[in-house]
Amino acid sequence: MTNIRRLRHFLITVLLYAVLAAISLFMLIPFIWMLSTSFKLPEDVFGFPPVLFSERSTLLNYEYLLREKNLLRIVGNTFFVAASATLLSLFFCSLGGYGFAKYRFPGRTALFSFLLATMIIPSAVTMVPNFVIMRQFGWVDTFWPLIVPGAANAFGIFFMRQYISSISDELLDAARIDGAHEFGIYWRVIVPIIVPGLTSLGMIFFMGSWNNYLGPLIFLKSPEKFTLPLAIFSFGGAVGLTNYTAQMAMSVISLIPLLIIFLVFQRRFVEGITAGAVKG
Amino acid sequence: MEATQVLKGASVKPKSRRAHEVYKARWAYLFISPFFILFGIFGLYPMLFSIYLSFNDWKGVGPMQWVGLNNFQRLLSDTVFWQAIQNGFILLLMYVPVMLFLALALAVILNSQYVRGYRIFRTLIFLPFITNMVAAGFAFRILLTMNNGLVNVALGYLGIPPVPWLESIWGARVSLSLLIIWAWLGYNMVIMLAGLQTIPHDLTEAALVDGATPVRAFFSITIPLMQPVILFCLITSTIGSFGLFAEVAALTGGGPANATITPLIRIFNTAFRSLQFGYASAMAYVFFALIFAVTLLQVRFFGREQ
Repeated sequence: MTNIRRLRHFLITVLLYAVLAAISLFMLIPFIWMLSTSFKLPEDVFGFPPVLFSERSTLLNYEYLLREKNLLRIVGNTFFVAASATLLSLFFCSLGGYGFAKYRFPGRTALFSFLLATMIIPSAVTMVPNFVIMRQFGWVDTFWPLIVPGAANAFGIFFMRQYISSISDELLDAARIDGAHEFGIYWRVIVPIIVPGLTSLGMIFFMGSWNNYLGPLIFLKSPEKFTLPLAIFSFGGAVGLTNYTAQMAMSVISLIPLLIIFLVFQRRFVEGITAGAVKG
Repeated sequence: MEATQVLKGASVKPKSRRAHEVYKARWAYLFISPFFILFGIFGLYPMLFSIYLSFNDWKGVGPMQWVGLNNFQRLLSDTVFWQAIQNGFILLLMYVPVMLFLALALAVILNSQYVRGYRIFRTLIFLPFITNMVAAGFAFRILLTMNNGLVNVALGYLGIPPVPWLESIWGARVSLSLLIIWAWLGYNMVIMLAGLQTIPHDLTEAALVDGATPVRAFFSITIPLMQPVILFCLITSTIGSFGLFAEVAALTGGGPANATITPLIRIFNTAFRSLQFGYASAMAYVFFALIFAVTLLQVRFFGREQ
């Protein structure tokens, strides 16, 4: 009896590991192939039989990106946009979340419901007029359209409100009795406490901006302003005309910073992703 | 005279109390104001402007021309637009059931006592989510290339002739579904894992002790309790599949024969390639109404017990 049960347990375990291994492999192959292609010569991309690495593997594609494709500039642009968008959004979202979480004021419920309702508006509806507005502002072909409109967004304020609600009011009252200014309470009492929440939210913002393709496609025109996804796309012409090897090299580079951030702060990141879904 | 004075006093007093409350909370209003200011400029105003635009013909420069309901009329017979909407539904039916089932199954497996290495598998399966979809789309394009692409070579070893993944209508749709599942499976799995951890462990244990098979326990206990989380994933996936852009642009370019074009791509092309700003605005509103309706239906249909 126990032997049969043990055997069954063993078989189930083997089966489950097989499923997990197969799915993990499916997840890894595109990364492996991306890396492998980035070290190939263009004529070897579809060589037969396919190989991962060979004596013909080369760093030429990366050199080409540095010399001909302004790689550092493009990485710099992407970083500048993502970092400024993230910092600005974190500031306005935590401030707004604090306002909704810790103050009673006329219209609070209505304003918060309104804020939540705006989340259902698809970007398609505002895409065309926003382009016209940005053109009037003289912001086309600048980074502003990628930083300013999302700086105080509904999701972030909702997230921070949940987070700040759990802070005890006594702490704030004590600061108030000590004569702290309302903004001072936010800056000196709230912000230090919510650093973990800011990290979670900040990673989501940073990733969203770093990987954004549609926004830069609409607003950035000159190649020296391109961000990584736009630059990666610019290699793609008609099928067969794509410079796949250089393109994959740039893809690898676009992945590295997020990969490092993700591996270091994985727990915070996952907390940020799941917070809205399970609690809300 | 006196009566009016009393009335006046009565109407002034609550008003001033309210004004006082507002004044007292002035900091709160200041703190929440950035959202409302930015939404006014980059959300509300564009939405209104877009309504006006949808009744006009406009190339983006020069004068607008009022055309009434013309754009909407034209939309009724716009085969590419309806093809895009239809593609949204086809894709939804192709990948959402597979993805959500896999996500839930993986979450249950990782949450069970059978396997170790929870963190490693979770990390690996989640990894694609952080990849930008332009890079991923082109990597998939290389893998799925008809002649000597890795996938077809592997299939060749199994004796299967080359599959025209990106060159045929259903091949392209399957390829796109694969890319989306690859990218979003980990996200959904992580959400389901968080949901599972809110289900008390002894509930399933008790059912198993009472003689229920694990499969039975999964369908009778886990799925019903996970219903809100599954609904959340379903709604996010629905909105996501109508709003696909980078994935499609990089992998298939919307082809072949518009088989994978999505509403967002159609709207983008109408506005910024054909420069029909008015027509694109009309499309965007019809599109908005459609996803809104679909989302409501899903909440009605799958969330009725809440």
